Amino acid sequence: MSELGQLSGLPLALTFQAFTDIGFWTGVGVIAGTYALVALGLQLNVGFTGIVNFGQAGFMAVGAYTMAILVLKVGFSFWLALPAAVLAAMAFGLIVGLPSLRLRADYFAIATLAMAEIVRLTAQNARGLTGGNQGIFCEGASCYDDSWNSVSGTITGWLEGLGWSDPETLFPLLLVVWTTAALAAVLLHLAQGSPWGRVLRAIREDEDAARALGKNTLLYKLQSLAISALLGALAGFFVALNLATLHPKDFEPPGHVHRLRRAHTWWIGQLLGGGRGCDPDVDGSRSHAVRRAADLGRT
Amino acid sequence: MEAGTAAPSPRAGGVARVAQLGRRHPAAAALLVLAIAVVAMVAARSLHDVAQTGLNGLSLGSVYALGAVGLTLVYGTLRLVNFAHGDFLTFGVYMAYLVNVTWEAPLALGIVSAMAMTALLGVLFERTLWGPMRARRAGFLQLILISIGLAFVIRSGVQYVWGTEVRLLNVNVVDSVELLGLRIGQTELVVIVIGFAVLIATGLMLRYSLLGKRMRALADNFELAETAGIDTSRVVLHTWVLAGGLAGLAGVLAGAVTNVKPELGLELLLPIFAAVILGGIGDAFGALAGGMVLGLMIEWSTLFIEARWKVAVGFVVLILVLVVRPQGIFGRARAI
Repeated sequence: MSELGQLSGLPLALTFQAFTDIGFWTGVGVIAGTYALVALGLQLNVGFTGIVNFGQAGFMAVGAYTMAILVLKVGFSFWLALPAAVLAAMAFGLIVGLPSLRLRADYFAIATLAMAEIVRLTAQNARGLTGGNQGIFCEGASCYDDSWNSVSGTITGWLEGLGWSDPETLFPLLLVVWTTAALAAVLLHLAQGSPWGRVLRAIREDEDAARALGKNTLLYKLQSLAISALLGALAGFFVALNLATLHPKDFEPPGHVHRLRRAHTWWIGQLLGGGRGCDPDVDGSRSHAVRRAADLGRT
Repeated sequence: MEAGTAAPSPRAGGVARVAQLGRRHPAAAALLVLAIAVVAMVAARSLHDVAQTGLNGLSLGSVYALGAVGLTLVYGTLRLVNFAHGDFLTFGVYMAYLVNVTWEAPLALGIVSAMAMTALLGVLFERTLWGPMRARRAGFLQLILISIGLAFVIRSGVQYVWGTEVRLLNVNVVDSVELLGLRIGQTELVVIVIGFAVLIATGLMLRYSLLGKRMRALADNFELAETAGIDTSRVVLHTWVLAGGLAGLAGVLAGAVTNVKPELGLELLLPIFAAVILGGIGDAFGALAGGMVLGLMIEWSTLFIEARWKVAVGFVVLILVLVVRPQGIFGRARAI
């Protein structure tokens, strides 16, 4: 490897030590699980409903920051702050979606991107509340992840009871992240097959046809966006617990776009793997749409 | 934002008359609202402050306007929301850096190189990427995702060669000029002059030259233009040349008044989108005016709120326009 590095003149300082280190893979696993949650939200929006949401980073930031602020500044318990922050993110999703979901797909994409930027700029500039670029983590002796750390300690104790002498610090988080992601994936899969999921699919294929069948499409799209905001908020919590500090930089659109790309890799993977998704072309073919609409009429 | 909130609403009759004027002469109505906003701001603050921030707004606005024309024309002709447009600006400013700093040539040469190379980049991608993708009937979402990926490729390429450190073009950032009691940096003045000259030239070209008319015809209705006998693939290429060249110039101007870094274009992309939407997406003249209005609004907003919030003002304007008047301030009423 180093020979190759010299040959091409690239500063390749690759060793394979990191790849056999379980600590490294635990960290990767936590990040992968967090991205999987984000991807599920985008899958629901872009894949199932056909609304091009570019603002998932904004929902993550709203969830994570609300949780941290409620714990540190308002004095909520961590366990009460979590559902409160989820509700805040969902409400934010509704506020954003209500005016912007009436727009055409391309306008909606740009509007959600601008929304995510406004959230990030607010996190950066409302220093009294969010700590600005310094980030938010502890207030005096208490930190927002205190309660989580005690839970994490308990899980570590169980792992030691199972015979693992020195478990990785992040391993409990890895377990929780992937349990959440798996649960969300199962629930979304069930939702996809439900009548509700069929309406979403009809909206993706031909919104006018869905509306003609008497479905309130805006309501369904709002629900889709709110659930995606919920998943985003959960992912935001895991970012917060993983890093133990929150910075506006963690919620920059470039990072988010990384996540979006991941979502699509995942989505396309699902299609190739025989998933029941159809042509990702948003324009949709007419005959397809009619068939879908007929499908819908039978429900 | 001031332009929107400062609209007069003393009597219902007045509102109706303004609304009627707005329908017939949207540009005149926008100018009227802008003038009223200026008067209101002068009353609230001072003439000097309004003029001083207005000057800053003109230099910011010319960067936005130059970026917005290309973005809107590409959208109009190809229905492509080009998220890589911001990184065209980045590419342009580094081309200028190469000539201006590495080879120690004057900035004028750097500007020419930036415009030429970025135009070439646009043509290259049209030939290798966008053309073939259109031939395969790629949908709207696929095109957006490709452009996002392309943005990463350009930015990472720039980072690979020049690294992530913040650099400066070889321009005079110290001296300033006194104009009617207003202070303006020498470089900033040059930026405003170049920006305005090129914007006016672009406007005239789009208005009067045959090529400009063809570009606008394509942006208005691609199929109809093709039926009318316009060689669309040629015009598309010319559109990329224009969009790339102007983006390169906008990048250099932005880099001259601030600094040169790989995120330069990314940070300008959303305000440029805002300018495009303000002017009505696909409308070249609207984009020119939208960029100027947005630059002025952002700088004027610093009279009333802290300067660190000014970037967010652009996005608030963007969302307000999308909600209230998605066809843009100058656009004809139509369903979006």
